[in-house]
Amino acid sequence: MKNLILRNYTYKDMNIVFFMIIVSLFMAIIFFILFLKSVKSGQYDDMYTPSVRILFEDEFVEKKEDKATDVETN
Amino acid sequence: MPDCFHCGAKCDSKPVIFDSKPFCCNGCKTVYEILNENDLSCYYDFEQAPGAIPEEIKSKYAYLDAEKIVEKLYDFVDEETSVITFYIPHIHCSSCIWVLENLHRLNDAIVSGIVNFPKKEIRITFNNTKISLRQVVELLSSIGYEPYISLEDTAKAKRTVDRTLIYKLGVAGFAFGNIMLLSFPEYFQTNEFWLEHYKPLFRVLIFIMALPVVFYSASEYFISAYKGLKHKILNIDVPIALGVSVLFIRSAIEIIFNFGQGYFDSLTGFVFFLLLGKIFQQQTYSFLSFERDYKSYFPIAVTKINKDQTEHTISIYDIKKGDRLLIRNEELIPVDGILINGNAQIDYSFVTGESLPVSKKSGDKLFAGGKQLAGAIEMEVLQTVSQSYLTQLWSNDIFTKKQTNTIKTLTDSISKRFTIIVLLIAFFAGVFWYFNDASMVANVVTAVLIVACPCALALSAPFALGNMLRIFGKHKLYLKNADVIENLSNVDTVIFDKTGTLTTNKTTIFYEGEALSTDEKQWIRNVLRESNHPLSRMLYGYLETSEKIKVDNFKEIFGKGIQGEVNKNKIKLGSEDFVKGNKSDTLQTAIFININNRYKGKFIFENTYRKNSMAIFQELKEYKLGVLSGDNEGEKEYLKELLPQETILAFNQKPSDKLSYIKQLQESNQNVLMLGDGLNDAGALAQSNVGIAVSENTNVFSPASDGIIDAGSFTWLPDFLKLTKSTLKIIKISFVLSFLYNFIGMFFAVTGNLSPIVAAILMPISSISVVIFVTIATNFVAKRIRFA
Repeated sequence: MKNLILRNYTYKDMNIVFFMIIVSLFMAIIFFILFLKSVKSGQYDDMYTPSVRILFEDEFVEKKEDKATDVETN
Repeated sequence: MPDCFHCGAKCDSKPVIFDSKPFCCNGCKTVYEILNENDLSCYYDFEQAPGAIPEEIKSKYAYLDAEKIVEKLYDFVDEETSVITFYIPHIHCSSCIWVLENLHRLNDAIVSGIVNFPKKEIRITFNNTKISLRQVVELLSSIGYEPYISLEDTAKAKRTVDRTLIYKLGVAGFAFGNIMLLSFPEYFQTNEFWLEHYKPLFRVLIFIMALPVVFYSASEYFISAYKGLKHKILNIDVPIALGVSVLFIRSAIEIIFNFGQGYFDSLTGFVFFLLLGKIFQQQTYSFLSFERDYKSYFPIAVTKINKDQTEHTISIYDIKKGDRLLIRNEELIPVDGILINGNAQIDYSFVTGESLPVSKKSGDKLFAGGKQLAGAIEMEVLQTVSQSYLTQLWSNDIFTKKQTNTIKTLTDSISKRFTIIVLLIAFFAGVFWYFNDASMVANVVTAVLIVACPCALALSAPFALGNMLRIFGKHKLYLKNADVIENLSNVDTVIFDKTGTLTTNKTTIFYEGEALSTDEKQWIRNVLRESNHPLSRMLYGYLETSEKIKVDNFKEIFGKGIQGEVNKNKIKLGSEDFVKGNKSDTLQTAIFININNRYKGKFIFENTYRKNSMAIFQELKEYKLGVLSGDNEGEKEYLKELLPQETILAFNQKPSDKLSYIKQLQESNQNVLMLGDGLNDAGALAQSNVGIAVSENTNVFSPASDGIIDAGSFTWLPDFLKLTKSTLKIIKISFVLSFLYNFIGMFFAVTGNLSPIVAAILMPISSISVVIFVTIATNFVAKRIRFA
């Protein structure tokens, strides 16, 4: 009985751990590289303006649509 | 009275009504019209009254047509596209961002505008075949967003943003997180069957990840420690570097020879927290500049009059002795020279501290830095820019001396003793174990050095100062860096400039003499309307609006006064000897009034002192106080009465006098805080231990200083000073706290029981608790003084 349990835990069965660790590290490194890239591109230099700008985009579209409908009715 | 729909200012009794909306002036109305015509009226939806009154421009930007002069302003130019970045002080709300990023709707030739709000900058890309730089600037000005272009802009090196600290923090954070995960299994399950098998993999990965943290992220601590040791200073970076290297070497040996798992998680966490503290301390105000000199106040170019009377634009640096220059209304005199012709009314307040404009007649000497207030003048150059009276101040040693960190900070002075004590403990512990169990010596000595890592110690000052810096910033005292707080707490002498610092830039007018009837006031106002003299304009604005009456026989006698007839009544206004025929010795600035050959009285012009500025003097009683003024002694008696008796008063101080005055005080071992506002204070601000510039509008020019205080927060000065002292007290308390942790750790270390898990628990707990303590404590003291 005891032997049976031990056999369930042989390292061959646990080889998946190698794989999992490599995969998780690989993913972490990908995100880390993305972070470095975004810093380098200047994404964090201006933390405020984009938060306002994103609200304007809707504003724009609305305006343009208004205009378009105006033209149609004319 | 309604508020202006565009700029929000109170309108006159007769607002300009357009589109059934009130406007305070035609300028504001025009901007509204422009925006409305181009479908940009959303501008007014985001924010109430977001605009600014556009400045009169006319030929102000003519120099921008001279390609040679402006080529340095561009970020990028090719045959079709130009990219340029402007600093626009008026950028202040979301409406501003919106309208500036929609510039292409106003003019097709503009490709795009991208606003950086914190920096108040816009980067404009435009088609240079369709629109000139001058037109772009004029377009911006016409909608109230006038860019601030100064001589400094041509000198700027291409700005590079330093992001190394963020990279280092990123590397340390990445490694810390992953190493912690990989270290956990060994903490919880020792001797587990399968763990034994995978341990080598975990350890190799941990080791590889720790390498960049030690050799890249922590590199500056090694460099700083090395520099410190070279100068025989034991700064805080010495024990840090020592701790990091001992941690690394011992852990590396443990892993390589398979003794244990090492302390890599503590090591990376330690570096990560330290860098985090560094970033927190680095509060930057990107819209402010603490390094300005006269260059950011002076224009780029000026109009030169050639021999054949043609005009052309030349760069300020190309001005030569003997050149003739044309200075237009509101323009700055860039060099010393002689007035040739024109009505010169020069505002020197920023340069000399004289509060009221000065009249000059042809042949008089003009000094660089003055602003012409009444129409165009011609002048002949006597000195080049660098040799002018004002700019020579910058050749003083104080401006050329390289900033060296001679000031010993509190942390450094403590860490000196700390390092020595730690080394002693390590030594004695080693000796003790050598006689008891020699195999334990290396273990114990390294453990002591590891535990001594002054993590909490090194974090308490950055977080306390960084947090205080933010609290100050919220209350509009912007300090250059965290060291200024420590310097401020050591100040024992406070020196004020008068004009612009104690006084506002506004002038109050009051009348002294025989009461004037409403009719008489009307007559005076009508005569004043004909005059361009700055004092006349001021008094004209002060007197109540009246109907227009024709003035006959108007005459302006230069440097003396004006006269004219209204409804057959002879009015004479001006200086004392012009109106009364005799001259007394008063230094008051006044317009004397004579109606129908009878002396009536005088309108006196006086500086308004800032609200509560006298109360500040009372509150600062424990400091030595002084007032240095470039103005005349006219208000000496008045000030003497108001200020505490011991206050030093000095008048007629030239910029260089102020500097040497501060130097004198320092030579008698005083720590001086100087508050000033103008270019004339620049020397004194640089010389003093802490120089703070007072600014009505932090967006416009302020001289180089350690800090900038908004004029509105000026009355809080005593509170700010008190807070700097409490901050230092808090840091000292937190030092005691962190020593306590070191003491506990030391107990584990000398007994030889410092396992990796103890270090891994102790290190973050001590750091985080110290950080929490200083943050709460600084907020608490700030709150107690009605702050935060």
